[in-house]
Amino acid sequence: MNTFFVDVNAPQINQETAEQEQIRHQDMMCTNESHLVHPWWYNLKYLAIGLFFGITFVKAEIVSWFRIQEMFQLTSFHMYGVIGTAVLVGMLSVAIIKKYNIKSIHGETITLDNKTFNKGQIYGGLIFGIGWAITGACPGPLFTQIGSGFGVVFITLLSAIAGTWVYGYLRPRLPH
Amino acid sequence: MLELIKQPWHWSVAGIAIGLTVPILLLLGNKKFGISSSLRHVCAMCFPADIDFFKYDWRKEIWNLFFVVGITLGAIIASQYLQNPNDLVIADATKQRLISYGITDFSNLMPHDIFAWSNLFTLQGLVFFVIGGFLVGFGARYAGGCTSGHAIMGLSNLQIPSLIATCCFMIGGFVSANLILPFIFKLF
Repeated sequence: MNTFFVDVNAPQINQETAEQEQIRHQDMMCTNESHLVHPWWYNLKYLAIGLFFGITFVKAEIVSWFRIQEMFQLTSFHMYGVIGTAVLVGMLSVAIIKKYNIKSIHGETITLDNKTFNKGQIYGGLIFGIGWAITGACPGPLFTQIGSGFGVVFITLLSAIAGTWVYGYLRPRLPH
Repeated sequence: MLELIKQPWHWSVAGIAIGLTVPILLLLGNKKFGISSSLRHVCAMCFPADIDFFKYDWRKEIWNLFFVVGITLGAIIASQYLQNPNDLVIADATKQRLISYGITDFSNLMPHDIFAWSNLFTLQGLVFFVIGGFLVGFGARYAGGCTSGHAIMGLSNLQIPSLIATCCFMIGGFVSANLILPFIFKLF
């Protein structure tokens, strides 16, 4: 443990059984491997990052339904440029973190686990893609479209939550 | 400076900013970049219904909900205070095609012809909000992530399953935009 944190906000180890962790990991890219417990307001830093992220989304017009149509009609390079650059920067960052075994600011080792292939990535991916071109939004832009004044997208968001729920419900019966 | 920020940002600026979100989240708290999981946490929080997939401690993932609230607030700030004074620039070929579909409004980020409350209880509303949203939510979870979790985070970590998922996102999108949408627009 990092000795910096012997104050009142000292992080404690979170107790989660292996079974609980396995359920949480089901089909999820972005699991949270951190075992530190912080006061709730520590989460405000994620709100701040989200804030800049949301501004970027709107200012680079990634939230635009038109940009998504352009991408899939191959009439503009914009979205390919954005995603391509983001992936390159992300790859480079992850490679550096791995190579130098850089720890988080709380002294935790950064864990990047490998994903296993299942057919859901194909079926789900195709279904997602169809929805993406119709709504002009993947989940991130859903939130930014609402924030940029297209309130009716809230209905799309509710529907996406319903889709998530139905997937959870049907999961044991779907091919994976 | 403010004038510069108000202009639409170049793709490289946006790409770098989005790419940097990956290491920033890792370094700040060992968190993996991903957005669609927030939808799962909402299900786990509000209606777990004794489904295995939603029986986990969502409190541990609450950072993700702070993140998406931040994204929404960021969009409000950008559209209220940093709005581009000019009309959106759309590739001509796409614009002509959308005009042939019956879209008339090209001034804002989204066409008001479709994305308006008045369309909620119409066939258009059913397709664009209800069905479209459902496919996004269902597909993202079935695939185990969305554009952020697979295409950005997964590819950054050189995951082959993420590459497969990303290719399927694109195939689905191409089919949808070029075959399904033209058909749908004929219905209205």
